[in-house]
This record gives sequence, C-alpha cells and structure tokens, in this order.
Amino acid sequence: MRHLALATGFMFATQAVAQTPVLTIYTYDSFNTEWGPGPVVEKAFEETCGCDLQFVAAGDGAALLSRLRLEGARSEADIVLGLDTSLIAKAAESGLFAPHGVSVDMDLPVAWEDPLFLPFDWGWFAFVGNVDGPMPANFEELGAGNASVVIQDPRSSTPGLGLLMWVKAAYGDRAPEIWQALADNIVTVTPGWSEAYGMFLEGEADLVLSYTTSPAYHLIAEGDSSKQALAFDEGHYLQVEVAGKLASTDQPELADAFLQFMMTDAFQAAIPTTNWMYPAVTPAGGLPDGYDYMIRPKTSLLLPADEAEAMRGPALDEWRQALSR
Amino acid sequence: MLRLEGLTLVQGDFRLRADWTVPAGTRVALIGPSGAGKSTLLNGIAGFLAPQSGRVTWDGRDIGGLAPGRRPIAMLFQDGNLFPHLSVARNVGLGIRPDLRLSAQQKAQVAEAIRRVGLEGMDARRPAELSGGQQSRAALARVLVQRRPLLLLDEPFAALGPALRAEMLSLVDGLCRETGATLLMVSHAPEDARRIADSVVLVDEGIAEAPVATAEAFDDPSDRMRRYLG
Amino acid sequence: MAAGPVALSRGLPGRAAAWAVIAFLVLPLAAVLTAAGGSGRIAAADWAAIRFTVVQASLSALFSTALAIPVARALSRRRFPGRGIYIALMGAPFILPVIVAVLGLIAVLGRGGWVNGLLGQMGIPPVSVYGLHGVVLGNVFFNLPLATRLILQGWGRIPAERFRLAAQLDARPRDVFRLLEAPMLARVVPGVLAVIFAICLSSFAIALTLGGGPKATSVELAIFQSFTFEFDLGRAAMLAIVQFLLVAAAGLAALRLTPRAISGAGFDRPVARWDTGGAGMRLADAGWMLVAALFLLGPMAAIVSRGIGGLARMPVAVWQAAATSVVIALLATGLTLLLTLALASARRNWVEVAGLAPLAASPLVLGTGLFVLINPWDRPGDWAFVVTLVVNAVMALPYALRVVGPAVSEAEASYGRLADSLGLTGLARLRWLILPRCRGTIGFAGGIAAALSMGDLGVIALFADPERATLPLMVWRLMGAYQMEAAAGAALLLLSLSFALFALFDFGGRWRAET
Repeated sequence: MRHLALATGFMFATQAVAQTPVLTIYTYDSFNTEWGPGPVVEKAFEETCGCDLQFVAAGDGAALLSRLRLEGARSEADIVLGLDTSLIAKAAESGLFAPHGVSVDMDLPVAWEDPLFLPFDWGWFAFVGNVDGPMPANFEELGAGNASVVIQDPRSSTPGLGLLMWVKAAYGDRAPEIWQALADNIVTVTPGWSEAYGMFLEGEADLVLSYTTSPAYHLIAEGDSSKQALAFDEGHYLQVEVAGKLASTDQPELADAFLQFMMTDAFQAAIPTTNWMYPAVTPAGGLPDGYDYMIRPKTSLLLPADEAEAMRGPALDEWRQALSR
Repeated sequence: MLRLEGLTLVQGDFRLRADWTVPAGTRVALIGPSGAGKSTLLNGIAGFLAPQSGRVTWDGRDIGGLAPGRRPIAMLFQDGNLFPHLSVARNVGLGIRPDLRLSAQQKAQVAEAIRRVGLEGMDARRPAELSGGQQSRAALARVLVQRRPLLLLDEPFAALGPALRAEMLSLVDGLCRETGATLLMVSHAPEDARRIADSVVLVDEGIAEAPVATAEAFDDPSDRMRRYLG
Repeated sequence: MAAGPVALSRGLPGRAAAWAVIAFLVLPLAAVLTAAGGSGRIAAADWAAIRFTVVQASLSALFSTALAIPVARALSRRRFPGRGIYIALMGAPFILPVIVAVLGLIAVLGRGGWVNGLLGQMGIPPVSVYGLHGVVLGNVFFNLPLATRLILQGWGRIPAERFRLAAQLDARPRDVFRLLEAPMLARVVPGVLAVIFAICLSSFAIALTLGGGPKATSVELAIFQSFTFEFDLGRAAMLAIVQFLLVAAAGLAALRLTPRAISGAGFDRPVARWDTGGAGMRLADAGWMLVAALFLLGPMAAIVSRGIGGLARMPVAVWQAAATSVVIALLATGLTLLLTLALASARRNWVEVAGLAPLAASPLVLGTGLFVLINPWDRPGDWAFVVTLVVNAVMALPYALRVVGPAVSEAEASYGRLADSLGLTGLARLRWLILPRCRGTIGFAGGIAAALSMGDLGVIALFADPERATLPLMVWRLMGAYQMEAAAGAALLLLSLSFALFALFDFGGRWRAET
C-alpha cells in the first residue's frame, strides 16, 4: 500500500514537472541559501513566469565556470548567475554564452557594455577593520605602518584576485614594490573569503580584505556599528557580479524573461540585505538604512576584462615573488 | 594408508626427504634431534608446506592439491591449538562445522566429547580460564569430533608434566584404537614412543627414514638410531 | 607462514576489492586527462610548491610521530580512571573539518589567542603561529591523535606474556624499551610516518591558512588553481600524478622499512605492567599526557565555547544537512569496513598498497574525473549522494586498513594455521577468527571512517545537490554569508555528531573486549 502511495506521489510529481517548464540557474553557494537572495528571487519570478525556477549551487564563481566548461553543451543550465569581472574574459572565450540582449540604465560606477554578461550587483573591494583600529589611507601607508591584515589567495579566491588587480590598476609597474612593503603586514593568506573574514572576527588581524559594504551587514543584521571599511585615496577596485545566458539553453524565452526580471525591483531590492552588495539598478525604494553610513569611494578602478586576463599571470608571479622573500 | 612418494620438502636451506608408507591404523612416533625436520614433515603432510617434489597420498588418493582443512587430517600444534576468544564448546564445535551452525545432535556430540576428555561443566570457559592440561584436553575433544582418519601431533603435550603427558597419551591411544585412526606424533621421549607407538621413524640428517617396529628400533637400533639415542 | 597450496585460493574478494579501488582512482584521472586532450606542463612555480609540500609533510610526519611515541607509551603503561574517555577525546581533532579546526587552533594559538593572552599578561611578546612552523603545528594537531592511536595499538599487540617475562628478568623500563618496545616501534613507526606524510601531502587549507604567504603553497592548491581559475585540466592531472607518485614512494619506502610481522600468540590476558618505574617516571608520563591533552583539547574547547551561542541561531536547513551527513557517514562506513576486511584478508603486499592509494589521490581530480565520466550519461547532480558516499568510503579506506591490517596479520600469524587445519575459510573464518580477534580495531577503524565522512567537504561542491547539502558544506555556506555565529553553532553540531559516531563505533568495538 505504501509502495502504491509512493508510486502515485512520484507520478504526480513527474507530471507536475512535465507540465511546467523548468528554468535551471547555476549559481554560487551562498546565493542560494535561506539567508541569501535565492529564495526571494525564486518566489518572485515563479509568481510571474508560470515556470519552475531551480537554482543549482556549485561552489564559488570560479568553480561555476569550471563546471560549465566540463559539461559543455550538455549542460542543463539555462543561465549562470554569479561570475565576476575577473572571470568574464575566460567565460567569453569558452563560447558557451549567448548575448543577453537587455539594455537598461544601470547604477554602476563604470560604463557597462558587455554583450554577453549582465551585471546584477556590484561592490568595491576594501579593507575592513574596527572603528577604533588603524586607518591607513592608502596602500603605501598600510605598507609603511604596523596594521596587520589578512588577505585571500589570488589563486583560489575572487577577492584575492581582485586585490591583485587593485594593486596593479592603482600602481602598475610599482606593484611589486607595494607588495614587498605589505609583506610584513600580512598575517597570512587564506584560501577563501570565509577563512579570512572569520580570522578577522577572531581578532587575528586589524584588517581584512572584504567589501565596502561588509560593515552594512554588521550594522543592519546585528546592530553592530563597530566595523568600518577604509577609504583608500588611490581608489577602490570594483567587483561586478554578472549573469549570462547559455547558448545551449532549451528555454531561451524563459531565460530572456529572467534576465529582464533580474533588472527589476523584485530582484534588485533583495540584493542589499541578502547578498550585501550594491544592486545593479537601484530599486525605487532606494538603499536600506545603514547603507548611507558606508564609504563611497570617489575613484573606481576596473581593468577591462581582456586586459585583466592578460595581466593575471605576470601579476601573480610578481605577487608570489614579492611575498616569498 | 598414508604414502609419501619421493617427498622432498624445502624450507630455506633445509631439505628433508621421505619415501615410505604407513599402513592404516598404525601409530608412528617421529623421533630425532631438534631441528631435524620432524615438524617440517608434519607440516608437509598437513598441507602447510608445499612439497618441492613428490606426492602425499591417502588411500591411494593424492591429497597434495587439498587445502589443509580439506585433508583427512586432524592436527595439534605445539601451542595455539585453541582460539582464545572462543569458549571450549565453540572451539570443539569448530571440529564439526567451521561455520559453527550445529544441529542439536551435533551439539550433543560436542558435549559428549567434552565429557569424555573430562572437562564436563567447562563448556562455556575460555582457554585462558583453563590449566595447561585442561587446554590439551579441550584440543583433544576437538580431535575427537573431527573424526579424521589421520592424526598428526606436533608435541602438543610437551609442556605438561610426565604424569599429565602420560594421561594425554593414553587418551590419544584410546582415541586411535576406538576410531582406527592412523597417528603420526613427534616425540622427544623414547618412553612415550614405547608406550603407544607401533613403529618409529627416525628423522635426521635431512632424511626421514622408513618406519621400523618400535621394539626393534629401540632394542636393536641401527647405527643412526644409536647415535641419536646416545 | 609458508605459501601452501591453500594460500592461492584465498583472497579473491581482496583482489577484487583492490582492483575496484584502483579502477575508482585511475579511471577518473584518465577521464580528466582525456578531457584535457593530453597532459599539461608543470610550471616553475609548481616545483616550488612540490618542494614545500614535501618539506612540510616530512616535518609534520616526523613531529607527529615523535610526539606520539611518549604519549602512547605513557598511555600504554598507566591505568587511571577516565583513561578510555581520554583516549577517545584525543582522537577528536582528526575528525574535524579543516576550516573548523584551523579556527579552533587560531583561537588558542593565534595572535589574539589564549596562549598569547597568557604570555601577554606575563609580559612576554606574542608568538606568531604563521609560517612553516604553523603549518607543521596544524598538521601535528590533526595527526597526533592518529599517530598516538596507531602506536598505542602496537603496544597493545605486545603479548602480556612478554611483559611478564621481562618483569621476571627484572628488566628496568629502559630494558623493556630495548627488548620489547623498540622492536615493536621499528615495525609500527615506518607505516605511521608514511600515512601521516601522505595525509599532509594533500592538505591544502592548513598549509595556506597557517603558512603565512605564498611560500606555503601546496600541490593541492596548485591543482585547485589549475581547475578553477586556469581551467588547465592537463596541468591539474599532471600535478595529481606527481602527488600520487610522492605518496607511492613514501608508501613503498615504509613497506620496505617495516620488518615482517612476528607472531605474538598469547592468551589474551589483560596486560599487566611491572615496568612502571618510580615517581619520576610517573610524573613524566603524566606530563606527556597533560601536554597532549592541552594541545589537542584547547582548540576543541574553543570550538565548543564559540559554538554554544550559535546553536540557537542555526536555520532548520542545518538539521537537514546533519541528517544527510549522518546517513552518508553510516553507509560509507559500512562500505569502508567491507573493503578493509576484504583487502586485509588478502594478505598480499600489492593489495595493501592499493588500499593505501586513496591517500595519494587528489579529491579535486577524483571529483572532476567522476563528473566527466558521469556527465555524458546522466545528470551528475543526481549522483551526488552516491558519489559522496563512495568517495568518502574510499578516502577513509587507507586509515581503516592501516588500523585493521596489522591486527588481521597478527590474528593470521598466530591462529591462521589452526584455522587452516580446521578448514575455516570465507565467512566462517571472518566470523570466528578475524572479527572476534580484530573487533577492537574494526570498531576504531569504523569510528574513523564515520567521522571522516562526516567532516569531509570533498568532491561535493562539484556535485552540489541543492536539496541535500552535507553539514560541512552548510558550515561553509553559513560562513560565506556572514553567518559566523550560526556557522560556529553548526561546526559544534558537526563536531558533536562526528565525535558521537566515532565514539559509538570505537566503544562498540572495545565493549567487553580485552584489547
């Protein structure tokens, strides 16, 4: 009897699936958690699309792209959401993506004209510390001073790679010199953001590489105003997170509909307090309270995707050599 | 009938040859200096040591290809004849079925064997709770239920006192008479051999000589035997 | 034991298991190489990573083992209330997920940690935990428990009769060491060194987090980099092969250095020791045990104290993840033990080496290879549960085999001939000889396997199944979303569950057994 019930349930389930089209979106782990944007976005989009939106979380942004390349044209993904600026060149080169065809006015600090990848949020990398802690005003001051810092490895994490590009964009050929000055400030280099941020919260370092919006989390979610991001006068490197449509999608219309939806308030309003980044299009209600206290760098740095890709190898060597001394 | 046909056993540098026959029901004592290869010969017959050449047959059948447990052989070693983690009853029961799935009748058989060796009421004990003599008895009880036609004893009673050893040997003697089993036992004491063996095999200088009737072997010893007896 | 005709017919399950394990490791690697369209080039920086990896792994193996010997010796000759619990607790660090352990370690030894706090009060400048010494310290923290347990088992296998004999000869502790303990150590230590070397070889997060900079780059990080940012599968596969060869070399060296097992038949009497020396030695033993306890339990205490507050803040999903992890751990443990017993019973050197091979496998390459193999046929995501289960089972195999193998050899050496003469083969041999004689070690091995499976992040990221995350993945996701307190709570839950499973198996194996 139980078997029968199970079988019936299974049939209903498969029928239900067969009747509604499925839109499969690959994203990074923290996007699709109950405290991330995933659930809000899924609910909002399913209300309008008459479809079943399925998020598949697959590691971080870099792992996402690797997975897609492994799957090739067989991939079930219709959309990938969560690649960042440092991965765009590689992603474009893979030939797996189709143009998004969306043109919206975006509130990005830089002009955005990529035909394949559409931003959904962005943020500035920044060093985050305690309000009563050291406050160097730029990399040179940081290197010359005593402040201790935890950073991420550019070979295994996107913030780490972002920092590498930041120094390169700000200092060009002087980058090795900057890194050498920083060497004695760096407590350690972690594989990913979580370890670094966790260590900072444990008091292992005065500063950690994170985002200008990190203090907003502590302020809004925890009512804790003791964290601040440091404004650097050479400018801050940007991280723009993007989505792209797979050329192999079997739901092109749904995918297009989602990309359109992504730029609307229903999606964008969820970003500041779930992903703790700036929305690509500021929602009608504006940014939540607490964001007004965040620093807003005057200069935004971002290397063009292909330039960043070409620079990555040499910059890594410089970094390794400077820090290995 | 046990037959060793041109049997050559090799262990490292050591070689031992044997080429003779033991009629069924005979009790044979293997004597010779230590290190002469008495245990090696038993291990060869039991299947723990593959012969370099030659054959071992029982009643005309070559048993060389059989695993030790498949041979018509029950064997007691110098020590370690009981599993320390199993009770006496289980140790004995293994002689009937290695998987210990015993029928009521087989369990009765086990109990009977334990009674006959004088260990009544000790079924549930572990070997560590028994004295040396009792351990030997338990091992003999297993031999009893194994009902194999060929019994090999590699000095299992060496550690026991003379009286106890004599007692064990008479138990073995009775067992062989009752079942008509053929016995090959390693012995260091001529008096043990005299007590129960029909014939004697001298193992020395790389050769296990053909069996000689016990009385003849000791009363009219060959040159080699004389040298061994001293 | 001489190879009689009987030996040839035994060990078929073992050989089959060995081939299955080899295929499971080699096919994915081949798949990655095929997908890459050939092997890749190892960059100059990779050689530096290989060098560093070998250096840190060697030092870690050396220190873990050197420290484990006096601790195991103290444990072996002291009886005190709570000894069983002490031994069980000592095993806990080994089963922690790396990230949790590292944060615990930092809470004690870090710049703002308890130790430096104490030093600061005494006016002593802080000690940095970052650098090569930090990497070694982290690895010792992880591996000291395993080393201690493996060596303690060596002590357990010295028959009680020998100690009695030594006591009769009026041997002093020094003599007992020379007569009984040193030969045992000569047999046990090379294997322990090799296992820990292999474990440290593939450690990645420890090396990087505590290493203090790019000097501390491990091969596994280079593999990770090749996969994600470079998508250079050929290079990743080449590095995996180099890692494999290094472990194979260590394994073969250990095998060569290990004298053949000697028979130790005894009558299972509880080991009484007479060589316990005077007050000075008692103090020294107590000292070693205290140092080990402080070193190992300090970070645990930190994890517990940070986690308690977070327990209430954990979302429901954490409990679901916990259930998933427990189910996977139990199934994986069953599979590990089946494979272990099959391999151990085959008693062939190459079979044993095959059983240790998973130590050398890169989880990343393994996961990617499986992904590439499954992808043409089915949705890899649907296989997440099975793949996680099997990978966890195979990854735990070397540890289980290291633990159970010597016990099986010992049982065979002492009672194999008797079992042969009684025709004990196949399942009967397992039921009446191997299981009863090795149940203590099988329980311990099961505990390790279950706990390792609980704590393993492994290949799951690539095979992510949105419906069924494992608990370590959940900890990771929580941390990645600023939920540090909830993550600490989930980490505490993970620690508790791992430890409960470990203790369940370990005590189960030792229950009413004298080993």
